[in-house]
Amino acid sequence: MKSAVILFPGINRENDAIAALKQATGTQPTLVWHGETELPNVDIIMVPGGFSYGDYLRCGAMAAKSPIMRAVADRASQGVTILGVCNGFQILTEAGLLPGALMRNASLKFICKNTHLKIENTTTRFTNQYGKGDVVDYPVAHHDGNYFADEDTLNRLEGEGRVVLRYCDANGAVDTETNLNGSQRNIAGIINEAGNVLGMMPHPENAIDPLHGGIDGRGLFKSMVEAVS
Amino acid sequence: MKARVHVTLKNGVLDPQGKAVHHALQGLGFDGVNDVRQGKFIELEIDGTDTAKAKAEVTEMCEKLLANTVIEDYTIELA
Repeated sequence: MKSAVILFPGINRENDAIAALKQATGTQPTLVWHGETELPNVDIIMVPGGFSYGDYLRCGAMAAKSPIMRAVADRASQGVTILGVCNGFQILTEAGLLPGALMRNASLKFICKNTHLKIENTTTRFTNQYGKGDVVDYPVAHHDGNYFADEDTLNRLEGEGRVVLRYCDANGAVDTETNLNGSQRNIAGIINEAGNVLGMMPHPENAIDPLHGGIDGRGLFKSMVEAVS
Repeated sequence: MKARVHVTLKNGVLDPQGKAVHHALQGLGFDGVNDVRQGKFIELEIDGTDTAKAKAEVTEMCEKLLANTVIEDYTIELA
């Protein structure tokens, strides 16, 4: 199984993405520079976290217009599995591969901690290793993770089972108290209409080793491997 | 020719930064401020003298990059 990690200037979690993909797939992922126009033939593409282009203009706005993103969009339309984490989620929304936008956290604070997440849909190719309503523990590290979309889009996402992850507490309670960053309806991760592109703010790649403090993130990578093999 | 682009959050989109600025202004004793919305100002120096053409081009720039129309509105002034 082959995978690729896209690298933009200012990205800083590419090695974490590589470690998680390598652990799950058993092969070394290919690192692809943003200026490339072609992608290798891969089963999984990951757009990692960081601060591409220093978050200039808007988080992810510049990276979304990079040459490589045209190739990523082509692969998305062909049904290739694509995971965008943190800045990667912002890039995918700015590129129009996922609906909505990520705004400044409601608290205006950079949030760097572990958070609980409820797995809302276990039938996706990213969550098939989890049980319905499972609560997982992943780290978050972002300033702009406040998910926004208009009401019609939100209702559509909910109706189509495309809200995959929500911020919650250890018991799975989803409410304003457990809303980490002000996201509409506590949304932490969504998939596209075809179900092959997931964008999420939390970092599953930083919860794959007991030394990370937990291994809840392994399931997400295992799910992708399961789905594409 | 100069193009001046103002990008602001759409009505109905919460602006936590604007709220924080409002709060800070109140703290400084400026009590007459009812609301603050924060945005961006982008100035472009562009070729040509055809304002209609420039307007069309800057509009395309706003749609493609300068604004995120999911959450933002933009206005263009040419001078």
